[in-house]
Amino acid sequence: MMSPDVPHRRVYYLVFVTLLLLTLVTVELAFFDLGLLNVYVALAIAAGKASLVVLFFMHARYRGGLTWAVLGAAGVWLAILLLLTLSDFVTRDWLAPAAPAGLEDTP
Amino acid sequence: MAEPGPALAGQFEDLEQQQDASWLGMWVFLLTEVMFFGGMFAGYAVYRAAYPAAFGDASRHLDLPLGAINTAVLICSSLTMALAVHHAQRGARRHLTAFLVLTLLLGVTFLGIKAVEYTHKFEQHLVPGRSFLYEEGTARHAELFFVFYFAMTGMHGLHMVIGVGLLAVLAVRAWRGRLAPPRVAPVELSGLYWHFVDIVWIFLFPLLYLISRT
Amino acid sequence: MNEGHGERRQHYLNVDYGLRSWLLTTDHKRIALLYLLAVTLFFFVGGAFAALLRLELLTPQGDLVQAETYNKLFTMHGLTMIFFFLIPAIPAVLGNFLVPMMIGARDLAFPRLNLASWYIFMAGGLFTLAAAAAGGVDTGWTFYTPYSSVYSNTNVILTAVGVFITGFSSILTGLNFIVTIHTMRAPGLTWFRLPLFIWGHYATSLIFVLGTPVLAITLVLLAMERILGVGIFDPALGGDPLLFQHLFWFYSHPAVYIMILPGMAVVSELIACFARRRIFGYEFVAFSSLAIAVIGFLVWGHHMFVSGQSVYASLVFSLLSFLVAIPSAIKVFNWTATLYKGSISYDAPMLYALGFIGLFTVGGLTGLFLATLGVDVHVTDTYFVVAHFHYIMVGGTVMAYLGGIHFWWPKMTGRRYPEVWARLAALVVFLGFNLTFFPQFVLGYLGFPRRYHAYPPEFQVLNVMSSAGASILAAGYVIPLVYLLWSLRYGPAGGPNPWRAAGLEWQTPSPPPTENFEKVPTVTEEAYAYGPGEGEDG
Repeated sequence: MMSPDVPHRRVYYLVFVTLLLLTLVTVELAFFDLGLLNVYVALAIAAGKASLVVLFFMHARYRGGLTWAVLGAAGVWLAILLLLTLSDFVTRDWLAPAAPAGLEDTP
Repeated sequence: MAEPGPALAGQFEDLEQQQDASWLGMWVFLLTEVMFFGGMFAGYAVYRAAYPAAFGDASRHLDLPLGAINTAVLICSSLTMALAVHHAQRGARRHLTAFLVLTLLLGVTFLGIKAVEYTHKFEQHLVPGRSFLYEEGTARHAELFFVFYFAMTGMHGLHMVIGVGLLAVLAVRAWRGRLAPPRVAPVELSGLYWHFVDIVWIFLFPLLYLISRT
Repeated sequence: MNEGHGERRQHYLNVDYGLRSWLLTTDHKRIALLYLLAVTLFFFVGGAFAALLRLELLTPQGDLVQAETYNKLFTMHGLTMIFFFLIPAIPAVLGNFLVPMMIGARDLAFPRLNLASWYIFMAGGLFTLAAAAAGGVDTGWTFYTPYSSVYSNTNVILTAVGVFITGFSSILTGLNFIVTIHTMRAPGLTWFRLPLFIWGHYATSLIFVLGTPVLAITLVLLAMERILGVGIFDPALGGDPLLFQHLFWFYSHPAVYIMILPGMAVVSELIACFARRRIFGYEFVAFSSLAIAVIGFLVWGHHMFVSGQSVYASLVFSLLSFLVAIPSAIKVFNWTATLYKGSISYDAPMLYALGFIGLFTVGGLTGLFLATLGVDVHVTDTYFVVAHFHYIMVGGTVMAYLGGIHFWWPKMTGRRYPEVWARLAALVVFLGFNLTFFPQFVLGYLGFPRRYHAYPPEFQVLNVMSSAGASILAAGYVIPLVYLLWSLRYGPAGGPNPWRAAGLEWQTPSPPPTENFEKVPTVTEEAYAYGPGEGEDG
């Protein structure tokens, strides 16, 4: 890729403003009680911000398959680490009560 | 302008191969960084799920305004970094140098604010270890929150320091005209690194500061 | 274009003799030799620890060393062998030397990074040896918490730092290989024309970059817990020891595929050459390498079946562990099919390759026993496990390493080794190996636990057999050390292709010039272009 496409400067400014706005949104939303959703909404917004940085600031939007393969690998392997590890902790208490419980939130 | 030496390294056949290799190399390195931080995110996730009340309570001791300002600072620095790369590719030496310096200053600002936060935590006896003091009952679990707070923001901060160092070196070289096309790879690659460090903070901020504000 | 004894053709070894030219080299071939020196040293250090272990186990009483010392011995044996021999040996010696040559490149993508990898490796190794000299560490190479983080009085942090540092050597080597293989293949060298050696090292490199960083952060957290006295992994302080195990094994299980994939990569080259046939099912073997690398990341919980892990998670890990055996089996089938109607010769490298196939199969099959939840409860933490992984790592990786060293020795040094002694040594290794480790399967099944230095007298016979085997195995390893060194001075010249093997590396002089190829070759054939008959030139 001798001279890959690069975004126009306007794109950078647009992304910048969007990132600041999304930061504002995520802070505001933190003060609303959405129950369980709070975490997931916050993570979704963070993922959205990260995507903007990756796509436009890091030029992934303008590059070929190999860059995307590395990004994909990052996502997949992070997911494996988090999900498979959590699968142990989340399912520990699924057995009959006689089994020792997982971590408890009491001192 | 002095000629700094051949742009093409001996092991490569042509400049395009060298650029492809450097680009892929930096992305693979960032992949390793994702897994490195990932381990801490995994630990944090486990304990956050196990001790939601204690973690929420501990999180409220963090300085949300400072954290939010720092987030904005880093976002600005990503913009200036992207613009630095933009000017590097155009051979605009002065603009390149200016934006590198701006990015560096924003990075230092971030670290300064972080230092203020850390000092507050130290004064409040919230640094894990022998001096840790916590008023509520779930002290041990709250301490765990702060272990991850310091580990994750500390590791992030270390990466920022390295980034700032990189920027300083780049700024000097840029000023001396050594980063003119086609020698723009160092700027591009450092940009990738810098944006990655920004992304880590984009996740750290909500996970550490925003989890129990209702 | 070959060298005779009188010619002064310049090549990578004689281009400069100074110490600085070696310590500051960026030539991947010289760096490979630097690694060769290092891993050989570590191999014998690790072997010395093993010798002491087997010596103690000759008698039922714990009479050679105290229990605490024994703990330190098996810990140091494991750490040294795993991190300083098994993980780096084939990739950093043979991989470094051959990856650029096999793809028609002049060097790796990042030669200075390659040199940095070696220095980092040496730094980590010296740190760990320093920890050993300072009294060692007794936690087992697995560093389980809270013993390692709270209760052990040994040099945990020093050792952890050593391993942490060494990890970066792996990461950088993996990064270098991935970039090199993607971007620096010679014209015409498409992915499916690559030697399987390259596929194997590519897959290994994926594990290097994806897994090792998690070990690094785990060691950081371990050190934090130990230094600050906090409870990341300590149940008394709200932590969970299983979190440590999850993070530790997330790397350390794929690490075993780091150890075996390069061995398989070597074996593919050896089988093809000494059966004079293209590897049967080339694409299957190539994809199996990738499959092992990927699925290998999904099975780590099988080390934690009895640790308190959730039964449901254990079920999932058990099932996935069965799956990961499939690509390995595919490779064994394909190597065997390659042998069928092949024109087989029994040179030393081939003896090691054949030994690999047999012993790896035994090791791999016994892995299935361990993947079975019900059986694992019975044999976990016994010598059954010890035998299982030694069949793979010693019967597998070490034999593949020796086979590869012998095969490419003429290319690397320009000399041939004495074939009779080499075949003898291979036989001695094979016999010694089986005498050492087969009794351990029996011991384990009978319930003999690992990491114990004293035992009931009824187990002595099997232990004596194992220790006797270990002495024979040790002799088998010393013999090649002697004649390979001897060959450097007195061995006959090898010529560019003494095995008449296919592959770009054989199309250069032996030893090769610094830049590998005068002109970068263009590739037009499949890999392993061995003709149907004899008389094939490389």
